[in-house]
Amino acid sequence: MPVNALDVENVSVSHNGVLAVNKISFNVQEGDLLGIVGPNGAGKTTLFRAILGLQNYQGKIKLFGYEGNQYTTLLSMIGYVPQKVNFEPNFPATVYDVVAMGILSKKKLVKGVALIQSCGCCWNRIFATSSKDSEKIEEALKIVGLESFKDRRISELSGGEQQRAFIAKSLVKEPLLMILDEPVTGVDMDVQNKFYSVLRKINKENKITIVWSSHDLTAISDLATRVACMNRELFFHGEKKEFFANKDMLKTYSESAMQMHMHKHDL
Amino acid sequence: MQRALLTGIVVSITCSMIGLFLVLKRYSLFGDALSHVAFGGIALGFFLNIYPIWTAFAVSVSTALGITKLRKSTKISGDAAIAVLLSSGFAMGVLLISASHGFTIDLFSFLFGSILLTNMQDALLIVAVSCGVIATLIAIRKPLIHFTFDEEQAKVHGIPVEKLNYLFVALAAVTVIATMRLVGILLISALIVLPNITSIMMGKGFKKTMLISISLSVSAVIAGITISYYFNLAPSGTIVMLMVAMFVGTLVAKHVGMFSKTINEHNLSTTS
Repeated sequence: MPVNALDVENVSVSHNGVLAVNKISFNVQEGDLLGIVGPNGAGKTTLFRAILGLQNYQGKIKLFGYEGNQYTTLLSMIGYVPQKVNFEPNFPATVYDVVAMGILSKKKLVKGVALIQSCGCCWNRIFATSSKDSEKIEEALKIVGLESFKDRRISELSGGEQQRAFIAKSLVKEPLLMILDEPVTGVDMDVQNKFYSVLRKINKENKITIVWSSHDLTAISDLATRVACMNRELFFHGEKKEFFANKDMLKTYSESAMQMHMHKHDL
Repeated sequence: MQRALLTGIVVSITCSMIGLFLVLKRYSLFGDALSHVAFGGIALGFFLNIYPIWTAFAVSVSTALGITKLRKSTKISGDAAIAVLLSSGFAMGVLLISASHGFTIDLFSFLFGSILLTNMQDALLIVAVSCGVIATLIAIRKPLIHFTFDEEQAKVHGIPVEKLNYLFVALAAVTVIATMRLVGILLISALIVLPNITSIMMGKGFKKTMLISISLSVSAVIAGITISYYFNLAPSGTIVMLMVAMFVGTLVAKHVGMFSKTINEHNLSTTS
């Protein structure tokens, strides 16, 4: 039986005695595009941070069946695009410099690939095996449509452009798994559509496993293969069709989403 | 004079390189705090009759590591930690000096710099230490840049951020001691900060920003030492005033639009 890309087993996270994530269990199969939906404060970011080793938690998280040191080795091959990257506004890095930060050392790559191959899984390459680092960076910039921006300072880009740069930064390491935390929040429709086409490409063509949190049910319906719905607890995880066919589920989420919108627009 | 120039050039390169990371991590005053702690270390050296540079190294490096650990475990804010460092280090120095021989010319040279009076032993030590810092920074440049840009992303990327942070502050402490002879304890932060905030304004990528900072720093040091030698002025003050002039000049040039466009100008001329 093939190993899952990600296994989350009974994971709980608490902040100052308050449970931000309560006994969540789900798995992500290779090649999946899992869309995670839930209102603000549902614990999605906290859950991602636990998966990435940035947050203490109770429970078990496995990457391709591995825990412990091997899990930590594989973490470096995860591409993570947070909701907002907080960097120094005057940081003197060009878009090219930022994307280049994503290049993994040969030593880390060899270790990670060896682990993947031992569990019978595939490292789905995005670039040709003979590609040099500079070629990977150029290609990643082309995938996200930022090739003409490569010499511009990252701080000079708009929010949407910056998010695309951080996606390119994740792509250059040819990740085993990508985790995207509401990457198009506060970004206009045109940029969102460009982003979604990138997401579709890297999942469908490059077969990269993706876990993606979003409030956009239309995009989830269009792109995701499976859906998880959470609000501190997991109250749905399954096939996309099942979620969208479940009127009660949609209503519950829609109410949460409406509360969020009502709060946002002070209605 | 040649000894002073060589020492000054090597030290200024080191300050520019480590200073860029300090400025971007918002640790600009950390260098100032370490130099004040170094004063305590020097005073300890005079008090114990030990070569003061060694006691300064020991006190600065251990304090830098200690305060980094303290900030992590107790969540003391950055500026509060710097205030504690600065005042306690300097106070210790003043106390030890009052208990020993009082202020001497040697002590003044550490406070205000004495690059033109540096002996061969000190010059060799400063150059050796500075070259060590430069070599280490070059070796760890990629993880250090990533760590400086985004610590969490660097951690996910597999960079040992905690160890890197300790190494970084230790290098900063060593740089501060090496710089003391050039501009003195009271002006070290100028050498760390000024060339870097000037080069950052020019809107280039990381490598070019660092090279520009090094060029500005080396130019100011060469010009400052030369001017001070022939006009009998304090080298430290001359060097720093030249750096201030470079900063102001760049600020004016940026204001009149000589460097890269602002984000608003870019958004008007391009689509996303």
